Formats: sequence, structure tokens, C-alpha cells
Amino acid sequence: MSATETTTLPDSPEDKGGPGQALLIVKDLRKYFPVRGGIFGRAQAMVQAVDGVSFSVEKGEALGIVGESGCGKSTTARLLIGLTEKDEGEIIFDGQGLGDALSLRDLRRGVQMVFQDSYASLNPRLTIEESIAFGARVQGLDDPVGRAHSLMSRVGLDPARFASRYPHEVSGGQRQRINIARALAMSPRLVILDEAVSALDKSVEAQVLNLLADLREEFGLTYIFISHDLNVVRYISDRILVMYLGEVVEVGPVDAIWSRQAHPYTRSLFSAMPSMDPDNRTKTPPLSGDPPNPIDPPKGCRFHTRCRFADSVCKTKAPRLMELPQTPGHLAACHLHDPASGHPKAGQEGLA
Amino acid sequence: MTDKLVDIRNLTVRFKGGRTVHAINDLSLSLDQGETLSLLGESGSGKSVTLKTLLGLLPPKRSEIEGDILVNGTDIRTLSGKALQRYRGGEVSMVFQDPGLALDPVYTVGNQIAEAVMRHKGLRKEEAMDIAFDMLQRVRIPSPERRLKNYPHELSGGMRQRVMIALALACRPRLLLADEPTTALDATVQIQILLLLRDLQREFGMGVIFVTHDIGVAVEVSERIAVMYAGRIVEEGTTHEIINDPRHPYTRGLLAANLHDVAKGERLNAIPGAPPALEAPPTGCSFAPRCPMAGPECTAGVPDFVHLGPRRRVACLRVEPVPAE
Ligand SMILES: Nc1ncnc2c1ncn2[C@@H]1O[C@H](COP(=O)(O)OP(=O)(O)OP(=O)(O)O)[C@@H](O)[C@H]1O
Ligand SMILES: Nc1ncnc2c1ncn2[C@@H]1O[C@H](COP(=O)(O)OP(=O)(O)OP(=O)(O)O)[C@@H](O)[C@H]1O
Ligand code: SF4
Ligand SMILES: [Mg+2]
Ligand SMILES: [Mg+2]
Repeated sequence: MSATETTTLPDSPEDKGGPGQALLIVKDLRKYFPVRGGIFGRAQAMVQAVDGVSFSVEKGEALGIVGESGCGKSTTARLLIGLTEKDEGEIIFDGQGLGDALSLRDLRRGVQMVFQDSYASLNPRLTIEESIAFGARVQGLDDPVGRAHSLMSRVGLDPARFASRYPHEVSGGQRQRINIARALAMSPRLVILDEAVSALDKSVEAQVLNLLADLREEFGLTYIFISHDLNVVRYISDRILVMYLGEVVEVGPVDAIWSRQAHPYTRSLFSAMPSMDPDNRTKTPPLSGDPPNPIDPPKGCRFHTRCRFADSVCKTKAPRLMELPQTPGHLAACHLHDPASGHPKAGQEGLA
Repeated sequence: MTDKLVDIRNLTVRFKGGRTVHAINDLSLSLDQGETLSLLGESGSGKSVTLKTLLGLLPPKRSEIEGDILVNGTDIRTLSGKALQRYRGGEVSMVFQDPGLALDPVYTVGNQIAEAVMRHKGLRKEEAMDIAFDMLQRVRIPSPERRLKNYPHELSGGMRQRVMIALALACRPRLLLADEPTTALDATVQIQILLLLRDLQREFGMGVIFVTHDIGVAVEVSERIAVMYAGRIVEEGTTHEIINDPRHPYTRGLLAANLHDVAKGERLNAIPGAPPALEAPPTGCSFAPRCPMAGPECTAGVPDFVHLGPRRRVACLRVEPVPAE
């Protein structure tokens, strides 16, 4: 979590707030999507995709985001780059609020995203070289084609072989690497990577993760890294943020969460990693019950319908995100960790 | 002639264009009825192309295919028109690596699944919708009745992946081709889907070819593993054999490039070097330029398979054949 880097990628936007200023602060971000239905197809209900999410990312830090499918990770990411319009909340980039001192255009200069769906995010009519160089050209950066070629080499795609191909002429993992190169070509300060290495074999994945680590060291890049692969998240992140049904349920330093998952959801997530032993396959899923409906999420703690520790207080009162007394910087939203919550097991350590 | 579900013999696939790409080079692979095989391998090694060839999906003008591709004894390259349509989606279905390619943005997911069921099973709309609902429930999509009416863009990445799995399974195929079907799923949902696939595979007696780069996933779903490099199979065996006793240097490198207990900040173990350009057919072992054990004989000719058991084979000159007992 060093926050002292002064170098940035060549031509990336300058540092405004200094090393002590968090690069990104998000406050109470909210996005509800209307769902159609009913006889006239009018919007009747709302999917509560992101509901009151707050966090910050320091300069040069890597924040990992994990959580159940559909819990709002991609929506959060799209809100951060202004691709989906927020209903409520504040986005402050290097001390400047989006919509006040900071325009959407300036924000996108500083923040780039690698999208989860690698195919949909590339223009099928542009060659790979054109796709990667495009953003850099629009931003008026020097030598867009040269940049494109050098980044292609660094993600393991020989420009001589790949530059003139089209997106449908490459493999899934090659396409993911094209998307990573494209985001990096715009010299951002913050890169949001949404499942960006999920289609890579372990060896190429290692190569890309090494590259991300190098760029971070060389240029002080900051990352938000969304992935379902906990081993990858652990390797790359300084801190992990865990989401459940549109809310943050736990956040803390990676080692703290790795050694002690405070929230019961985080605990089931970590125990669901596939077995590596052919003689000892998984027999029962560690988390039973279906994820609840985000249109009408459970009252109180949203996890109570599936939680082993749920008590009557969990059904009525929503837990707040609170710092755990033993580990500074490690926060969880669960009544078990709040001695004043009224949960009979509150404050007891070592729950089996 | 054969009771195998899949029998691919000496398959070669080339893409024509500015530069020719030799994507598949003399690949042979077979699958028994009801068997699950995982296909592992380097990005760009030809896993998706192999599956697409099995479905007859490669663009005919831009690709050249040689070899025999038998599914249930039928050479699928002889199929066309109605028979091809019946085969695709009825007998064999595929979960694509990219949901964007498989789901139609202008139809609701319920309509897409129901449409496939009506076409292949000759059912009426209401019955087909019931099946669609049942499938969405089985793949554990929350509030399935509401999701039937969603368009693909209204779903999260992981939900789109599960819709594709539901679509592929709705017609109860004999053979399922699954191209990294769980990459966008968090660990808890992933394990539920893998358990579901294992159950359905038993229930339907379905054969499965499962492309994955996640060794843990391969361990969870498959009895057998085949490893690909540069358009060829380089090693095949039971899951047990491949995990506990990998023989090909590429397989060993791949298994070593594992993040499991790497300390933070440490450099990761990538296999040094880059995969071959595929601009010409291989004349030696394609892995030789990156292989720690390579010698001059490795580039002199394409290594033949060394058979270590009835279905255990490795294409490496450094592997000693077992003496016949
Ligand atoms: N454009 C949209 N219209 C309606 N609902 C949407 C839209 N985009 C997302 N949603 C809904 O918002 C919720 C959160 O979706 P999101 O894509 O953020 O999930 P995610 O955490 O990224 O999941 P995954 O891991 O599966 O990618 C889901 O219930 C999804 O169906
Ligand atoms: N239409 C095409 N035209 C030219 N080359 C192609 C075409 N489709 C695929 N290729 C090339 O063929 C090779 C094999 O591609 P394939 O998609 O099978 O890889 P893969 O093993 O599935 O990789 P990944 O794990 O990255 O998805 C790749 O090098 C790819 O660039
Ligand atoms: S608040 Fe209650 S229901 Fe929610 S996670 Fe904690 S114990 Fe479980
Ligand atoms: Mg997502
Ligand atoms: Mg592929």
C-alpha cells in the first residue's frame, strides 16, 4: 500500500492531490435497474444492483473485489467509469468530484477498464492493431501504433502475427490479452480489470500477472481487480472487498482476510475452492440455498436466509460495516462482530 | 464399426487469409459413451477450434479441414441441411467460451431456450417454456420465472454463462461440448454447476468434452484429461495420472505455473518463451524451443506417441516406453 510513487505511465494525467490523497473515493454508490413486467410492460420493480457501496483506493494500491455472481461487481465497475449512470453517490478521483471539478472525459483519461465480455468490447470491424491504437489516438498520445505493438509484445502476442487480424480470428485468451493491451495503451492511472485473466491458461496468466506487477512498479499504476479466482486475487491485491447482493459485507488487508474470514458469506466463498485431489472431490456445495432475489432482498442482513449463524436480530436489523477490534483496517458487516447487536453469539471468537 | 461417442482421426485444420494459420495438426482423440474428458492447454493451442470442428461450425470458405470426425459412428462432414441442424443442438450441443457469440441479444432468454426445445423435440410453446423454466432452476439462476423474460444484456456475466449451460442442456444432448463454461462464476456457484453437470451427465448418460484452464475444475468434473499444445495432443491419461504423474515437459510446466502457494510479490512461474507461430505445419516437437529437456533429435521430426498404458500416451522423445510384461 505504498502511496509514494511519483512516476506515471508516459503521458498519463498528472497527479493532483499528492501521495496522501486516495486515488479513488466512492461514497454511497447506488444503482437500481428497472425491470419490465406487468401487462403494459411498464417498469414495476427495481433490481437493487448496487446499494450503498463505499470504499477507497490508495495511489499505487491494488484492490480485489470478489463476490457471488450477480452481486453487483461489474455494475460497480461500470459506474466508476461513468458507463452506467449512477442513481446516487459520489465518485472522487484524485480529490476531484465527478460532475464538479472533474468531467466524464477527464475521468476516462485517468481510468480504463478491461471488460468481462472480451468479444463484445472489441469493434469487429477494426483490426487488432487499430483497436489497441484507437484510444491512444483519440487521446492525442504520441505514436499510437508503436504503443500498440510494444504492448502486444508484452502480453505475449507477436505483432507480426496478430496486428492485422480481426477479433473473430483469435482465440478467447488472445482476445482477453488484446483488451488488456488496449486499456494500457491509453496510459491510465487506474485500471479496472473485470475477470480479465479468466480465459488464460496458468502459464500465460502468470505472464500477464507479472506484467501487471511490473507496470505497477514502474509507473505506480493502481488496480481494481475483479475476479472469481481467489488465488489470483490474493496474489495481486493489497486489500480485498467482498460484496453480497449489492452491498459490501467485508473489506480488509488480504492477509487478514485470508487467515480469518470475518463474515459468514466470505467464509463459505473461501471454502468453495475446487479440490485439487482426484481422490477427494467435492461432494456437497458449501453454500446451500439459492441467492435471494435482488428485486426484493431479505430484510435485515441480506445474507440471513443462507447463514448458519442467523439469529432473530439478523432478520430485522441490518448490520453496519464496522472495524474489527483486533485488526485495524479489517471491516465486516455482521452482527456476530458487534457486541452491541443483541446477537447471542456476538463477540465470541472461533465460531466453528 | 465403432462404439465410441467421438472418434477424431488425424484432424488437420488450417485457416486461410493473409497468412495461413495451422491451427490443428494431426490430432486424434476419442471419447467413450458417457465419459467426461477435460481438454487443457496453452491459450491458442486449438481447444476451441477442435470443439467448433466437432459441431461443423468453422467458416467453410476460410478454413481447410482434413481427417475423419466420427460422432456416434457418423462422419459429421457428410451431414448437411436438415440432418446437420438435427445434429447441432439436438445430438450435440455446445457452451461457448464467449456468451456474446451464443446468445441472441434481441430475444429473451426464455424464448431462446424454448425455441431450441420446440425445434429439436417438437414440443408446443407452453411445454417448451416449462422446460426452459426447469433448466434455469437447475442451473441455479435466482428467481428463474422472472429471468425467463430478461434479455441477455440484463443479466450479469455469470448468469449469462448459466443461461448458455441451460440452453445447451435443454435438449438432452448425447454429447456436450463445454468451452470454459464456468470461468465467470464465483467459487460457490461454480462448484454447484460442476456438481450439477456431474449429476446430469449420469442422468442423461451424456459424454462431455470440457475445456478448462483450471486444473481444480478438471479434477472436479472429469475422469480423463488430454493436454494440447500448438494444435496437437501432447499427453493423455486419467485425471489421476495427469495430476500425479505428468510426463510431458509442457504438462509439467503448466502444472508448476500454479498460484496456489506463491507468496505475494514473488515472480510467478511462467513457462519461458512463446508458443510457435503456426504459420507452417510442425516439423519437430513444437515445444522444443521452450523445453528444458530438448535436444537436436527433438526438432528432427514430430515425436510419435509413447504409449504407457491402454489410453495413456505422451508425445515426447524423453519418455521411456514401458516394457511389455
Ligand atoms: N442493464 C441492466 N438491466 C437490468 N438489470 C441489470 C443490468 N445490468 C445488470 N443488471 C442486474 O444487476 C445485478 C448485478 O449485475 P452485475 O453484472 O453487476 O453482477 P456481477 O457481480 O458482475 O456478476 P458476475 O460475477 O456474474 O459477472 C444482476 O442482478 C443483473 O441481472
Ligand atoms: N478464424 C480464424 N482465422 C485465423 N486464425 C484463427 C481463427 N480462429 C482461431 N485462429 C487461431 O487458431 C489458433 C487456435 O485457436 P483456438 O481458439 O482453438 O485456441 P484455444 O486453445 O481455444 O485458446 P484459448 O484458451 O485462448 O481460448 C489460435 O492461434 C488462433 O489465433
Ligand atoms: S448478521 Fe446474522 S445473518 Fe448476517 S452474516 Fe452475520 S450472523 Fe449471518
Ligand atoms: Mg460481472
Ligand atoms: Mg478457446
